[in-house]
Amino acid sequence: MRAVSNANHAAERDAPFQLRGNSFTMMVLKVFNPASPNFFSMLGGKVRQAPNFFRHAPVVLDFDDLPESMADLDVAGFVGAVREHHLRPIGFVGGPRAIQDAASALGLVPMPTGRAAPIENARPNVPLNSALLAPPAPPEPVYRPALVVSEPVRSGQQVYAEKCDLIITAPVSHGAEVLADGNIHVYGALRGRALAGISGEMSARIFCQSLEAEVVSIAGLYRVSEDFDSSWTRKPVQVRLKDGFLHVDPL
Amino acid sequence: MGTIIVMTSGKGGVGKTTSSAAFATGLASRGFKTVVIDFDVGLRNLDLVMGCERRVVFDFINVINGEAKLHQALIKDKRVENLHILPTSQTRDKDALTKEGVERVLDELKKEFDYIVCDSPAGIERGALMALYFADHAIIVTNPEVSSVRDSDRILGVLNSKSRRAERGEEPVTQQLLLTRYDPERVEKGEMLKVDDVLEILAIDLLGVIPESQAVLRASNIGMPVILDIQSNAGQAYGDAVGRFLGEEIEHRFTKVEKKGLFSRFLRRSA
Repeated sequence: MRAVSNANHAAERDAPFQLRGNSFTMMVLKVFNPASPNFFSMLGGKVRQAPNFFRHAPVVLDFDDLPESMADLDVAGFVGAVREHHLRPIGFVGGPRAIQDAASALGLVPMPTGRAAPIENARPNVPLNSALLAPPAPPEPVYRPALVVSEPVRSGQQVYAEKCDLIITAPVSHGAEVLADGNIHVYGALRGRALAGISGEMSARIFCQSLEAEVVSIAGLYRVSEDFDSSWTRKPVQVRLKDGFLHVDPL
Repeated sequence: MGTIIVMTSGKGGVGKTTSSAAFATGLASRGFKTVVIDFDVGLRNLDLVMGCERRVVFDFINVINGEAKLHQALIKDKRVENLHILPTSQTRDKDALTKEGVERVLDELKKEFDYIVCDSPAGIERGALMALYFADHAIIVTNPEVSSVRDSDRILGVLNSKSRRAERGEEPVTQQLLLTRYDPERVEKGEMLKVDDVLEILAIDLLGVIPESQAVLRASNIGMPVILDIQSNAGQAYGDAVGRFLGEEIEHRFTKVEKKGLFSRFLRRSA
C-alpha cells in the first residue's frame, strides 16, 4: 500500500468505499459431542464466567473432530442453541459433507483452515483473562446520551437508565422505581423510589424538584422517607454521597 | 364504528359497576346506542345493578365459547331506549376470557353500537387486562383516599403499557378521572383527599366528582342505575359527567360543603 502513487491516493479518498484486508481474532468452538446432555449447560457456564467477553462474540464452529456417527446433526437447531448462549456463529471449518452443506445453507461461511490455539489447554488452570484474549473492543462512545422520560412514571412501573443518566420531566408516583447507572433528575414530584449509581458509581447524584420519595439510594447506600428531615419534604433537593454518607441538600 | 370505554380502577369497591351502569344509561338516554358489558366473570353484579338479573339466559362467556349468538345474550333495558346489557357468567372464572373471543364479540358489537362500556373487575389480572385491552377511552374510578389513588395510578401504568393501542404504538388510550364517594365535609375535616390532591398525583383530566350519597345504595338495591334518580346529587353528577364526556362544558358541582339552612335540612332527605 505504501507504493501507491499520489494520484491513486487522491482517487482512493474520493471513492465511496475502500476494500482492505484485515485480520480479527476469533474464537473457535471445537465440537466433539453436540449430543452430550452437558454440552449447552457447560457452554452456558463458560459464557457466564466472562459475560462481557463472550456476549455476542463471533465464533467459528470446528466440526473436524465430529465423529462420523453424528453426520446427521441438526445443524440449524445446534446453531440456534449456540446463539441462545449469546455467541454468534459466523463460519465453520471441517466436518462431513452434509454438515458443511447445512451450515452453508444457514449463511455460515466456510473458513480456510488455520491453526487454532486451544484456549483451554494452552493455559491450564488459568482463568480466562479477557484482557489478553478479547478482540479489540469497539471504541466506547465518547458520550452516552441520557434516557429522557416525559410521561409520568406510574405505580408499579420501573425505568432503568443503563450506563447513562436518567432525566424525567414528569412525576414519579408512589410505588414506581427509577434507576440509573448515572445521575437521576426528576423535574416533577419524586414520590417513588430513586436509585442512582446502581452499578457502584459513588459520584452519582439525585436531583428533584419536590422530594416526596419513599427511598433514595446512591451506589447502594440508601435512606428511607422515615429518616427524611421534614425541612426537605416537597422541596427541591439534591442527594449525594460524601464521606460515605448520604447527604440531602436543598437546592 | 363504536367506541370502547373501559371503567376501571385497580381497587375493588370504589364504584366501577355503579358508574358503568350510570354512564351507559346516560349515554343511551342521550340517544346513543349503548351496550354495557360485565367483565367480572364469576362475580356477576352488573345485571343486579341494572335490574335485569331475572332475564339472564345466555351470557358473555356463552357468546365467547360460541354456545350462543350475541343477540341471544344481549338484554334490552326496559326503561331506556337504545340500552343493552351483556351480563357475564357466575359459574365460570376469568380464564374463560380469551383475547380472541373478547375481540370477536367486541368487533361484532362495534358494528351495531355507538358506545360499548366495559365494566372491569378489580385487580390487574386477566379479567381487568381483558376489559381494558381493546379500549379507546378509559374512565378511572377513584375514591378520595390514598390506597385507591395508588391503585388507580397502577392501572394507568398498565393502560399505558398493556393495552392494544400501547402494544401497537397507536394513539394512547384517553384517560379521565371519575372521583366517586366524595364527601366535602370529610374533605374539609382533612379525613379525605381533596380533588386537587388526587389530580396532582394522577395527572389526568377530571371527568366528574360524584358525591357520597345514600341514593347510590338505594338505587342499587332496587336495580336502577342511579343516574335515573334525577333528584339525587349523585344522579345529577353522573349526568354532568356524561355531558362532559361528550364534550360539553359543565362546571363541577358538589365539591363544596353545602350551607345548611333550616329548610334544606328537611329537603335534603331525598339526596
